[in-house]
Amino acid sequence: MSTPPASKSGLKAKYSAAATQVEVGADLLHGAILYLDGITVSFDGFRALDDLSLTIDRGELRCIIGPNGAGKSTMMDVVTGKTRPDSGQAFFDRQIDLLSMSEPDIAVAGIGRKFQKPTVFEQLSVFVNLELAMRADKGVWSTLVARLNGEQRDRIDAILETVSLLEIRDSRAGVLSHGQKQWLEIGMLLMQEPKLLLVDEPVAGMTHQETDRTAELLMSLAGEHSVVVVEHDMEFVRSIARRVTVLHEGRVLAEGSMDSVQNDPRVIEVYLGE
Amino acid sequence: MLKFLRDETTPVDLLVVGGLVLLALVVPVLNMLVAESSALHMSTFGVTLLGKYMCYALLALSVDLIWGYCGILSLGHGAFFALGGYAMGMHLMRQIGDRGVYGNPLLPDFMVFLNWQELPWFWWGFSNFGFAMSMVVIVPGLLALVFGWFAFRSRVNGVYLSIITQAMTYALLLAFFRNEMGFGGNNGLTDFKEILGFSLQADGTRVALLVATLISLSIAYVICRLITASRFGRVVVSIRDAEDRTRFLGYRVEYYKLWIFVFSAMIAGIAGALYVPQVGIINPGQFAPLFSIELVIWVAIGGRGTLYGAIAGAILINFAKTQLTGIFPEAWIFVLGSIFVLGTLYLPRGIVGLGRRSTQ
Repeated sequence: MSTPPASKSGLKAKYSAAATQVEVGADLLHGAILYLDGITVSFDGFRALDDLSLTIDRGELRCIIGPNGAGKSTMMDVVTGKTRPDSGQAFFDRQIDLLSMSEPDIAVAGIGRKFQKPTVFEQLSVFVNLELAMRADKGVWSTLVARLNGEQRDRIDAILETVSLLEIRDSRAGVLSHGQKQWLEIGMLLMQEPKLLLVDEPVAGMTHQETDRTAELLMSLAGEHSVVVVEHDMEFVRSIARRVTVLHEGRVLAEGSMDSVQNDPRVIEVYLGE
Repeated sequence: MLKFLRDETTPVDLLVVGGLVLLALVVPVLNMLVAESSALHMSTFGVTLLGKYMCYALLALSVDLIWGYCGILSLGHGAFFALGGYAMGMHLMRQIGDRGVYGNPLLPDFMVFLNWQELPWFWWGFSNFGFAMSMVVIVPGLLALVFGWFAFRSRVNGVYLSIITQAMTYALLLAFFRNEMGFGGNNGLTDFKEILGFSLQADGTRVALLVATLISLSIAYVICRLITASRFGRVVVSIRDAEDRTRFLGYRVEYYKLWIFVFSAMIAGIAGALYVPQVGIINPGQFAPLFSIELVIWVAIGGRGTLYGAIAGAILINFAKTQLTGIFPEAWIFVLGSIFVLGTLYLPRGIVGLGRRSTQ
């Protein structure tokens, strides 16, 4: 079985066409990997995001905190294409208009997402979970004839090592502990080689040691990748955060270092005044 | 690819394909060479019955591919089976020529009866065996493509998808019942004489049809196994278990669903085409929603997501059906319902799940 070159290049062309869409009116902030401007999302009259504007710099590690219902997950849904906003602009890597793209296109363009509830393919082995996440041509025909080469195997093994799952690479993902599933999902993110990682509550259900190692891992990723972490665990946020954004009622309430944010009277009111 | 085949073959696969090939070798001998007086002789009735079971097994295989692996519960897969059957039936009708009751060399009997003067355009070409056989896969495949395109793109999932597949087969049932459709109305197509010049009543033809069915089933099994063992197959399983996650990894979920659905419909069409010459008739009853539900039960009882479980389920349940309807026809539907309820409660992984649990 050989790959017909026409169909393969056709698919690739389709992906790259989507990925390099240039919007002339885009606000080209230099250095920004993600640029959200005036994003509004409402569900049945409830404004989940209300004129939200947010910029994430290249290589940055940003923590986003906020009470329940502040719009953190909705913001991630908008960035990954799951939810279409009513108005606003969203650009990735300066020129890519996220609002015109589907979820798979956005993923291929370089945004990886870890869900709040760890979501891995439970019936498949840990190794295969990573194989499926690997950056590769994800068209139907390519996956039908795809075979792993040695280099790719090594890469999967390296990631397995990073997320401490090498010993159980052939176990079904369903039997992993909650913390291990979180790690597997982070590993899957890494396999995608994304430019931007959106990580929703990475340490929920983790032990102290696991939390510490997750903090180390996320900090080591920043720089080469840009990382956005949504987290409730304040201690964890404090341990990794350089910059913190506080969301409240779908808007940015405050932004700055952890200390300045924690001492901001508006933030205190939102967190304690309820 | 051969290396891949060797790496991914399990002992069960060898058993399944070996068993089918063995049947294809042994049955002709038992039917044609062993004397009728011998206890080992297999009657032509038995041969045809076995052929029918094997067609059902092929159909069950197609359902398991989409339901067991991709989580698409089609309650209308009988429609693809019936369309393949009709394509074959149309060819066999054209082969009757002037040997029909009315002796009309140009038109099948039912058209003469309806006072039609010429052959409708959609019957053109069906006297050619090759054309008819391509229609056996093209027509079900095309219907699946159009249906799947709209359903999967609009992200119709779960029970909603099941309901519209059921509606699809019911709509076809009603349409094919109408005489004006040009497919023989409620009588369907029957009274076939021969296939490729061989009489359909001859023992040799019956045996050949069974062997063709066994070979088709073996080939389809191997292809399905190759598909499920490939990365494509794993993506399909990941769609079944966590569709959103798969999408966020960059896979276009709707295309994956579409292609496996179309492929499955084509297999179902082939099963229907093999079925018709063996049972000698195809009528709109094959579109009945109940039939499509029944075949889902075969897969559930056999054990879904295994391929061989579907084959085992189809053969066992239809064997039981033949036995039981011989004794007490009215009871069958209740027995089938009970098997399904009990199977769901106590055998969630089907009959083949029993063996797997004990080996673990």
